[in-house]
Amino acid sequence: MGGRAASMRLVAGALISLLVLTLCSLFVGVSVLDPRHLIADPDAMNLMLASRVPRTLAILLAGSGLAIAGLVMQTMARNRFVEPSTAGTMQGAALGILLVTIFVPDASVLAKAAIATLTALGTTSVFLALAQRLPPTQPFLMPLFGLVYGGVIGAGVTYIAWQTDLLQLIEVWLNGEFSGVLRGRYELLWITAICVALAWYVADRLTIMSLGREASVGLGVDYTRMLQLGLVIVSGVSALTVVVVGAIPFVGLVVPALVSRIAGDNLRSTIPLVGLIGTLLVLACDIAGRLLRYPYEIPVGTVLGVVGAFAFLVILHARPRHG
Amino acid sequence: MAEAMAGTPAPPHRSRRMVVATCAIAAAVCALFLFTGLRGNIGFVLGLRLSQLIGLVQVAVSIAISTVVFQTITGNRILSPSIMGLDALYLFCQTALVFAMGGFGYATLPPSWKFFGEVALMMAFSTVLFLPMLRRRTDMMLMILTGFVLGFLFRSLSALIARLIDPNAFAVLQGASFASFQSFDDRLLVVGGVLTACGTLFAWRVRHVLDVIALGRDAAIGLGLDWNRWVTGLLLLVAALVATSTALAGPLAFLGLLVVALAERLCASQRHGILLPVAAGVAIVVLVGAQTMARMGFGSAVVVSVIVEFMGGFVFLAILFARRRG
Repeated sequence: MGGRAASMRLVAGALISLLVLTLCSLFVGVSVLDPRHLIADPDAMNLMLASRVPRTLAILLAGSGLAIAGLVMQTMARNRFVEPSTAGTMQGAALGILLVTIFVPDASVLAKAAIATLTALGTTSVFLALAQRLPPTQPFLMPLFGLVYGGVIGAGVTYIAWQTDLLQLIEVWLNGEFSGVLRGRYELLWITAICVALAWYVADRLTIMSLGREASVGLGVDYTRMLQLGLVIVSGVSALTVVVVGAIPFVGLVVPALVSRIAGDNLRSTIPLVGLIGTLLVLACDIAGRLLRYPYEIPVGTVLGVVGAFAFLVILHARPRHG
Repeated sequence: MAEAMAGTPAPPHRSRRMVVATCAIAAAVCALFLFTGLRGNIGFVLGLRLSQLIGLVQVAVSIAISTVVFQTITGNRILSPSIMGLDALYLFCQTALVFAMGGFGYATLPPSWKFFGEVALMMAFSTVLFLPMLRRRTDMMLMILTGFVLGFLFRSLSALIARLIDPNAFAVLQGASFASFQSFDDRLLVVGGVLTACGTLFAWRVRHVLDVIALGRDAAIGLGLDWNRWVTGLLLLVAALVATSTALAGPLAFLGLLVVALAERLCASQRHGILLPVAAGVAIVVLVGAQTMARMGFGSAVVVSVIVEFMGGFVFLAILFARRRG
């Protein structure tokens, strides 16, 4: 046991790191910002409020949202190795944005987000429906299937974009980056906070869902309804992230796996932790991307591709000690 | 299909006829590629097409041989080097080399030196990465998944390094990371040709050893084979062949899998003396045939390569699910 004490220590450590990294994120950037002149200098204050604060908020929202979406996805699929970017969700969202851009070029961002959510919902539902027929005895088959499925959709998206000369635009959505985030251009991400709140509200039912359909129905949980709700949460968070900053891989996979090893699988207690650590991960990777080749920036999607894939390999090959 | 899977040996004359037939069809397709729709300065066009054909045949043969050998040493018929991330590894080696030497140093280096540097780097990496997995007899699904993630890791690493190097060096690289059959570098064609020929010859010489390895590790060791040494050597061979095909044509995810699956159905034999030539022949037919069709007006070259890749992807899923049931 000792899970509770361990998770308390983890929460404390994560909160302190979050504070430090948030301060770093506010003061690291191309324009040098001196904390001492912040109050006196209106330009500095403007930079802070128009760029640095929105960027940091966007990271907080996207990081926690994606990590929790991954957790919900894993609960629904009953498999530790799937997440929105490896199960066709993000690719579905990109497909939606691409279609809107082709057919209704002057659609508002909100309309784009709505369509992207719908297509993401479609592709994720198909994935879950197919994935539930896979045998539970082979845990690695589902992520494998998801990767090929997502790859096929992604290839289709790239092909359509190539045919319609939108390849450069699609790159922006397929590789997440926070450098374009300014005041007035990220506020849509607050909707992910609603999705996260929803996940927290139904956390107990989601935990029961992870026991499977029969057990959930036996315990009085409307399984189908919960599945629909979970799908909306996962697709909503993924689509909004893709629309505002672009796809960010592996957050939803690595963080829940890590947290579950330390704090177990009761979603009521793990959701805050997953959100917190997801935020930390994205924040750290974004700051690293800003510093690696200062004053140029490396997209957070690229940094996380390396860090996340490496962590995924470690998770795959390092078996937990307590079986 | 059932009798093919049961492992009952097909009558030898049938298998041999299959080899001859595949090679004949491959030769016919090559002739079709060379001689249809000739117009204008025939000598010039033929020369151009010949160099293109040599490139295509090299790519086809090295993909087919490397896939067959890789499947044999990993002991299953669903893996291919590119599924295990080997061509992404090659691109990573290329990027790493540019990063280490700078864009100018890289561009001024003779292509054959560059190529050998990349091949050496690739051989080193692939032994370090895959040999432990082969030794530990990892679960097949886990191995494939690891390969997928490794491929992703290498692509991300390449992207990361590409961001770190300056734009000129990046432009040198960019041409290499998409599959294309339009033009081949002549000097690379010679070097790659030598490497492919040596590799193919080696695989052919050791075809009986491959038959023994296909029986599985324990049986092979029981029959007196130095398993570790052979598998290391064969892995190096695969790395060199993948490097050749990727250097010439860029990454092709599912072509090897498609070709070998087809070849297996055709020749109904697990013997490498049959499987190697048939796979190479089928690869030539598919690749050169696709290019011929593209030129004769059935869609552009890109469309054809996309279709080939899509078919390969479906074959992958089909084998994955069929294997699960069996």
